[in-house]
Amino acid sequence: MSHPLATALRFTLITWLLCGLGYPLVEVAINQVLFPAQANGSLIRVQGRVIGSRLIEQAFTGPRWFHGRPSAVHMNPTQSGASNLGPLSRRLARHLARRRARLVAQHPSLAGRRLPADMITSSGSGLDPDISPANAYLQARWVARARDVPLARLRALVGRHIQGPWLGLFGQARVNVLALNLALSRVGHTRRARMGMDRPERGHRGRRSVRGHERTSG
Amino acid sequence: MTASAVWQIVLTLLVAGGLSIPLGHYIARVFCNQKTFLDPILDPVDALIYRLIGRDATGQAMNWRGYAASMLWTNVLMGLVIYVLLSAQGHLPLNPLHFAGLNPFLAFNTAASFITNTNWQNYAGESTLSLFSQMAAITFPMFTSAATGFVVAIAFFRALSANTSQGANLGNFYRDFVRVLTRLLLPVCLVVTPILVWQGSPDTLTGMVVAHGLQGGVQHIPLGPVADLEAIKHLGTNGGGFYNANSAHPFENPTPLSNLIETLLMMVTPMALVVTFGRMVENARLARVMYGVMALMLVTALFIAVGAEQAGTPLLTHAGIMQAPGHGQMGGNMVGKEVRFGITQSAIFDTVSTAFTTGTVNSMLDSYTPMGGMVSLVQMMLNCVFGGKGVGVLNFLMYGIFAVFIAGLMVGRTPEFLGKKIEKREIVLASLALLVHPIIILIPTAWSLLAPYGVSSLGNSGSHGLSEVLYAFTSAAANNGSAFAGLNGNTPWYNVTLGLVILFGRYASIIFMLALGGSLAAKPAVSETVGTLKTDTMLFGGFWLATIVVVGALTFFPVLVLGPIAEVFALYAHHATAGGLR
Repeated sequence: MSHPLATALRFTLITWLLCGLGYPLVEVAINQVLFPAQANGSLIRVQGRVIGSRLIEQAFTGPRWFHGRPSAVHMNPTQSGASNLGPLSRRLARHLARRRARLVAQHPSLAGRRLPADMITSSGSGLDPDISPANAYLQARWVARARDVPLARLRALVGRHIQGPWLGLFGQARVNVLALNLALSRVGHTRRARMGMDRPERGHRGRRSVRGHERTSG
Repeated sequence: MTASAVWQIVLTLLVAGGLSIPLGHYIARVFCNQKTFLDPILDPVDALIYRLIGRDATGQAMNWRGYAASMLWTNVLMGLVIYVLLSAQGHLPLNPLHFAGLNPFLAFNTAASFITNTNWQNYAGESTLSLFSQMAAITFPMFTSAATGFVVAIAFFRALSANTSQGANLGNFYRDFVRVLTRLLLPVCLVVTPILVWQGSPDTLTGMVVAHGLQGGVQHIPLGPVADLEAIKHLGTNGGGFYNANSAHPFENPTPLSNLIETLLMMVTPMALVVTFGRMVENARLARVMYGVMALMLVTALFIAVGAEQAGTPLLTHAGIMQAPGHGQMGGNMVGKEVRFGITQSAIFDTVSTAFTTGTVNSMLDSYTPMGGMVSLVQMMLNCVFGGKGVGVLNFLMYGIFAVFIAGLMVGRTPEFLGKKIEKREIVLASLALLVHPIIILIPTAWSLLAPYGVSSLGNSGSHGLSEVLYAFTSAAANNGSAFAGLNGNTPWYNVTLGLVILFGRYASIIFMLALGGSLAAKPAVSETVGTLKTDTMLFGGFWLATIVVVGALTFFPVLVLGPIAEVFALYAHHATAGGLR
């Protein structure tokens, strides 16, 4: 009978080859064939150039774009993570107040209004690609103004990008910010190309419909 | 709590429960050497592996000493392999980002953590580990540590089994281990991984992609063999993430469906093991009582956690955040949570993760409300709300042996469990297994809080800071691996102490339980009489639960008062008189 240590050593090597190398490499091979797009990071390409991953938040600034959630890691995918501030933390209170103040300064109509929870809280991964529909509709107001696009059109765009919970139950309704902004960049082009006389009137109607939405969400 | 939240909890439990029953019977068949549907394909594979290991080594029956020795030797060797691979990472292949080897403290902590099914991580995966390390030093022990816990439980079940014809023998460690891998872990992972990839989890040998953002700006996006690691991370109740953000990261857990799959993967085998127990000891009624008590604890925990997170906190109300769900937003405490999961899927996931001692998180526990965070802490302190691979049901049985002993003393009957007399030796071993847990949690926590090198790692102050340290050692002792991640654990002090606590928490209790099993297996079965205390009744189930609550809760209540309970009061006291919106 062989020594127990020799048996354990053989056993360790065999399981290492089987589970540590064999299994992952076989899976990589299978998935590269079955789902090449997802297996390589769900990348979005525009004219052959990678502009990002559908699943990874990227930074947007200024009123012409929809913004994702605040990130504790500045949306840097090489160091995912959260603020990890406790529920009583003064620093958490300061962060929330500062983000809120900045939004209110840019959009005075938000003063005194409660904001959707995902708008000023930072996410778990720091790379959350989604925002809530309420957040997107709220942002649609100033994005429409900055881009000079009828609000109704942007609201319809947001509506088309809402992904419901799985089976209508599991998880949360959400809007992918990168996909929405990509669609937005295309709206801008076609819009400018065929801008007509109907602009002021549609804009007016759009603004009124926003007020209606605010009442229900307040 | 919303109706949708209630339904999400109920359906998750029903599906997991429904899967666990056939799976439990299947596992029992595998370990009683009965026929299963995979035999025609897998028997030749097993035979080949047995031959490579050595036929004599896989043929013999082992007593508890032999079983424990084989378990320890293989675990020590696997730990060494991991330590060496991590230290030498810089010289090994598949390192596209040229990461250097880990320092000895971190390599020790990581090896100890992964070999014991803990998966506590003092490193950030995407900026520390090469793709080779993620496969050969992380995915590898995820399989073996799960299998180790699993076979120990199976051996213990054999010891309690009434018709042991094998005397003091508990089976063959290597044979059991190979069968866990080939009959359960590998087949399930092979099937589940492509589903996770379909949902969006990457699986590639490319290390990084550079993206030029829509509004300018460059993003470096790390990729790798993520999805295959995710499958075993949850099925094996391991919990170590590929990325720092763990299952909150969109690549590890891209959609609500992937979240549900990962939740169910964590739940099914520990639940199934209770069914397996009932079948192996031929007492389905007892298994039902155990299953019921554990399920009751889990349901309570889920409702408290989801309720607390959905209720939010006065601090968030004060910050002008909507706290009620509806109208296209989720309300509640969204700090450190992801939009696609919302409040409910986040709280369910983290609660399940600490009940089943997986330790994976899809939302950051450090930012949970005091009540929500305390649910996770208490579950790890009890360490038997189904619990991790194998060890959870062992801990539960350990409490059961206490309950039999105490109840026996109270009503004046001979304490017997499954036809075996519980005597001094059994109670001493069970007490030792029980006492290890509070000792290795409370003493290092107190020491860390008294020492400057312990306190300097805190990410939050006050009672939340205490909770961070307490959580770290509880998580290590329970081999869970989740964290109040504000604590910086990557210091020599925490790397070493947490590493040691992890090793003690794992092997001390396993060895005591195997010794207990060996002692019970050697006893002749006594036939049931009117004087026997019945253990398979609802009444005894209630007593069992009371024993767990009284022994477990009283041990830790003082420190809970100083940590999360103090925080509940402080949170509401501080903001009770605060003003309105700015």
